[in-house]
Amino acid sequence: MKAAHEGPLTFAEVQPNDGLKAALARKRPDVIAEITRSGLRGRGGAGFPTGVKWNLAGAASGEEKYIVCNADEGEPGTFKDRVILSQYPDLVFEGMTIAGYVVGAKRGIVYLRAEYTYLLPQLESVLAQRREHGLLGHNILDKGFDFDIEIRLGAGAYVCGEETALIESLEGHRGEPRNRPPFPVDTGFVRRPTVVNNVETLAWAACILARGAEWFRGFGTEKSTGLKLFSVSGDCERPGVYEFPMGISIGELLEEVGARDAKAVQIGGASGHCVPRCEFHRTIAFEDVATGGSVIVFGPQRDMLKIARNFLEFFTEESCGQCTPCRDGNPKLLEGVRLLEEGRCSMRYLRDLIALGETMRVASKCGLGQSSPNAFLSIVKHFPQEIMGRTPQAV
Amino acid sequence: MGNHVTANQVQSRAPRSQQRQAPPVSPAPDAIGGTVSVEIDGKSIKVPFGTTILEAARQAGVRIPTLCYHEDLCVAGVCRVCVVEVEGMRTLQASCAYPITQPIKINTHTRKVRQARRHIIDLLLANHYGECYACGRNNNCELQALAKEYGVDFFRFGHPEKPRFEIDRSSHSVVRDMNKCVLCRRCIRTCIDFQEVGVLEAIGRGDQTRVTTFLEKPLAEVICINCGQCINRCPTGALRANDPTDEVWAAIDDPTKHVIMQTAPSPRAAIAECFGLPAGTPLTFEMNTALRRCGFDKVFDTNFTADLTIIEEGTELLLRLYKALVLGDKTVALPQFTSCSPGWVKFIEHFYPEYLDHLSSAKSPQQMFGALIKTYYAELNNIDPKDIVSVALMPCSAKKFECNRPEMCDSGYKDIDYGLTTRELAKMISEAGIDLPAMPKSDFDDPFGTATGSGVIFGATGGVMESALRCVIEIVTGKKVEEFYDHADIIPVRGFEGIRYVEIPLPEKLGPVIDLLKPLVPNWDWLAGATLKVAVAHGTANARKIMEDIKAGGHFSECHFIEFMACPGGCLGGGGQPIPTSPEIRAARAKAIYAEDSAYQVRKSHENPVIQRIYGEFLTEGPGGHKAHKLLHTHYTPRGKYIS
Repeated sequence: MKAAHEGPLTFAEVQPNDGLKAALARKRPDVIAEITRSGLRGRGGAGFPTGVKWNLAGAASGEEKYIVCNADEGEPGTFKDRVILSQYPDLVFEGMTIAGYVVGAKRGIVYLRAEYTYLLPQLESVLAQRREHGLLGHNILDKGFDFDIEIRLGAGAYVCGEETALIESLEGHRGEPRNRPPFPVDTGFVRRPTVVNNVETLAWAACILARGAEWFRGFGTEKSTGLKLFSVSGDCERPGVYEFPMGISIGELLEEVGARDAKAVQIGGASGHCVPRCEFHRTIAFEDVATGGSVIVFGPQRDMLKIARNFLEFFTEESCGQCTPCRDGNPKLLEGVRLLEEGRCSMRYLRDLIALGETMRVASKCGLGQSSPNAFLSIVKHFPQEIMGRTPQAV
Repeated sequence: MGNHVTANQVQSRAPRSQQRQAPPVSPAPDAIGGTVSVEIDGKSIKVPFGTTILEAARQAGVRIPTLCYHEDLCVAGVCRVCVVEVEGMRTLQASCAYPITQPIKINTHTRKVRQARRHIIDLLLANHYGECYACGRNNNCELQALAKEYGVDFFRFGHPEKPRFEIDRSSHSVVRDMNKCVLCRRCIRTCIDFQEVGVLEAIGRGDQTRVTTFLEKPLAEVICINCGQCINRCPTGALRANDPTDEVWAAIDDPTKHVIMQTAPSPRAAIAECFGLPAGTPLTFEMNTALRRCGFDKVFDTNFTADLTIIEEGTELLLRLYKALVLGDKTVALPQFTSCSPGWVKFIEHFYPEYLDHLSSAKSPQQMFGALIKTYYAELNNIDPKDIVSVALMPCSAKKFECNRPEMCDSGYKDIDYGLTTRELAKMISEAGIDLPAMPKSDFDDPFGTATGSGVIFGATGGVMESALRCVIEIVTGKKVEEFYDHADIIPVRGFEGIRYVEIPLPEKLGPVIDLLKPLVPNWDWLAGATLKVAVAHGTANARKIMEDIKAGGHFSECHFIEFMACPGGCLGGGGQPIPTSPEIRAARAKAIYAEDSAYQVRKSHENPVIQRIYGEFLTEGPGGHKAHKLLHTHYTPRGKYIS
C-alpha cells in the first residue's frame, strides 16, 4: 500500500524514460508482446486489455494513426489521474510515445478535463522539455521515430470521458458517443485508427517497459494483474489517492483508509456498484467488482436514497441526450427515488423501475447509459428495508 | 455525357455520432467471398460483408420496428427501438447501426428485446405532449403506430399534462411544435446532411436536450429555406406545414369572393396516397371535380404558366447567350439558373448571394399565374381583382413563403393569397365528404385549360430542363424536336442521379427566328454547330456541389443553363407531399408524371395555343417585353448566412 499524501508512489521508483528507451530498442511486436504478457488492462474502468488494443490499432490499415490520452477524469469520486498528471506527467507522455511507436502513430493528443485547466502550463512546459531532450518531436532518441503530443481541453461534459464522445469532441462536434462497431482502433479520430488510453494505463505501460512484464504480474490476480491507483473519499479517516495491488478485498481497503464502520461502498463512481457491508469480502478486480479507481465510503448515518438521488441527478444532467433509454430513463429513475423518499412509490411501480433499469443497461447506446442505473439497482437490491416504507409526506 | 455525383456516407456533414460508421474494409477471415452468414430468428441467410442487421432482417423477411431510421438519411442509432439480441453479447444492439462483419446469431423478439422496446416506447410517450385526436398526424404517426404495435394500453411512466415549449409559428412554411418531438433527430439529419442546409441542431444535455435553431431563434429568422423535407421525415406531428385551410374555407364560404384554384403537376401524382392508393396513381381529373365540389369557382392548371415560364425563361437564356457570345457583353451572368423552386431560391439567397444574377428573373409558374389571374383573367371576365382569392395547390411548403414575399404583388394585389399543400387539400376533400378516387373526371377551366406535357414534367427533376430544351431546340432549329429525340423524350436529362450533366449538340443549319422573338435576335447563325451544356441538380446538397464547383471555376461554370430543385426528386418529392416519402415512392410519382406527359397532344410550351393567344392579346410586347417584365419577372434578395 502506498498513499499519495504520505510519499511517492511506485511511479517514482521507475527511472525516467527507461521504458521509452527499452521500447525503442525493440521491435514493435516485441513491445506489444511485453504489454500483453503483463496483463495490463484499461485503468479507466472498462478493463480492455491494453496489449490487444495496441495490437489492433497497429494492425489497422492506414498511414495516419493517433494516440489519445483520456485525461477527462470526470467520474464522481475519481481524482487519481489528477495526481498522476501533476506529479508524474513524464510517465504519461512516455507511455503515449511508446504507444505511438508501437502502433505507428505520429501524433498524440491529451484530452484534458476542463476542470484541470490549471495543470495546462505545467504540462505544456513538460512537453517543451521533452522536445528539448529529444524525447518528443523529430527522430526521438535518434531512433528515426517521430512523435509529438498536443493538449486539448474538454468543456465540462462527463460523457466526453466515453472514448467515442471524446473523439467527437476532439473533432469539434457535440460530445456524443458514436455507434460501435467499428471501434476507434479502426475508425477513430478523423476516421483514422486511434488508441484511446486512460492516463493511468499509459503511465503503467511505461513502467512495464522499464521493469518488465514479470514485475507487473507479480502484483494482483491472474485476470487483474498489477497495481492500481484508487481515489478514496467519503466517510473515512484518511481519504486520498492510494496505490493497491489489484484483487484487494474491499474490507482490506477500508481498513487501510480508516473506514471500519462503513455501511456501504460505491466502487467505480456514479456508474459503479454500491456494495453493502455483507459483501465487503469481495475483491476489487475485473473478475469481481471492477472500477476505474473511485471508492466512495458511506458511513452508518448515510441515507441510501439520498445517495441514489445524488447519482441519478448527476446522470439526468450528464446524459448526452442522444438515446432514449438513457435520456428519458434516468429522469424516471430519479422521479422514482423521489417517490420512495416521500413514501409514495408502490411496489408495482418500483418493479417497473427495476425493469427499466435493466433495459437501460442493455439498450443504451454507450457505457454511460448502460451503467447509469447500476447505483440505483444495487441500492434497491441491497437496502430494501431502508428505502421502502418511508412515512408518506403531506403533498 | 453524364457526370454522376452520388450521395456518399463519407461526405456526410452530419455529426459522426449520428452516422453509422463504415465497417472495417477487410472482410473477416471466416467470411467467404465478401459475404457473411447470419442466423436471424432461426433463419439462415448470407449477406454482403458490412450489411446492417436491419437490412439483413428485411432480406430475411423479418420485421424489426424502427423510429429514428429513415431510408433517405444517414443512420443515427439513437432511438433504440430497433434493438435486437446478438448471441454472446451482453448488451442489445441497434439493428440499424450494427454492421455484420462476422457470422452471428440474432434474435429479434426475445423477452429482453420486447421489454426494452416496450420501455423505450413508454419513455417516448412519457415526454410526448398532446392527444392523438387533436393532431394532424393522427393515423399517420410512427409513434402512434409503434404504441399500437406494442400494445401500449396505459402510460407506464406517465404522460405530460402541460406543454414545455411554445409552438414556433413564425415561418410561413414550417410550424415547429417541440412538445411532440421524440428527439429521433431525423429533422437534423435531413437538414444538415440530406439537404446540407443546417438549420437544426440538438442543444442541451440529458433531459434538457432539444432540437432547436441557431441561438434558438424563430424559424423565420434563420437560414431555413422552407423546403419542408424535415416535415416529410418527422415521425410525429412535431413538424408540420403552416396550414391555411381555415382561411381558404372562409373564402369559399364568402359569396362575394371568386375563389380560384391552380393545381401544380406533382400533387396529382401523389394525392392518391392520402386516400390509401399506391404511390404513382394519378388523380388529375378526379381532383378537378373534387375541387369544384369543395366550392372552388375555377380550377386552373399551373402547367399553363409552366409553359409561360419556359417561354420567358427560355427567351431570357437565348438573350443572355446572344449578349454574351455575339455582343461580347461581359456583364451577362452565365450559366443561367432556374428560379422556379422557391426552396432553391432561398438557398442561393442565403448561401451564394453573390450568384443571384445567374438566377433567371422569371417568376415561378405559381407566381406568374397569380399575377395573370388578378390582371388578365380579371379584365377578361370583368371581375374586380380585389374579390379574387387565388389559391395554389403545390407539393411544396416553400411556396407558402414565396407567395408571401413582399415583391410578389405585381398585380397590385397579393398575387397568390394562399398556398396549399397536397396534404392540406386531401384534408379539405375529406372534410367535404368527398371520396376522391371515386370522383368522375373533369377537365380544367378555360381560358387556361389547355396545357402541354412540358408543364407536367416540371414536377420531376430534369423536367424544367427537358421542357426548356424542347422549346429552345425547336425555336433555334426550326425543326421538330422529335427529329432529334424519339417522342421528344430527352432521356439524358431524366433520372434520379443527384447531378446530371448533358451536352446537346446543335446542328450546323439552324432555322429562321420565330415572330415572337424577331424584335430580340436577328438570326441564329451564331449558334450553328454549337454545343449546349446543361446540368440538372435536385436536393440542395447536390446544388451545393455544383455551386462549389462553379465557385472553383470547375466544368459546371462552363454550362449555359442549370436546373436546380431544392427537393430530392424535384417537386414530386416536395415538402408538401404526402407522408411518408422514400426513393421508391418518389420514383413511382415520377413514373405517373412522365406517363401524363406522353398522354398530351401538345407537348411543347411554345405550341400551346393559349400561350400564343396571351402574347397576342395581353403581353403584346412579347417575351421579356415591358408588361411581361412587370408581371412575370422578379428580383431576389441577397440574404447571406450570417445571423445576428
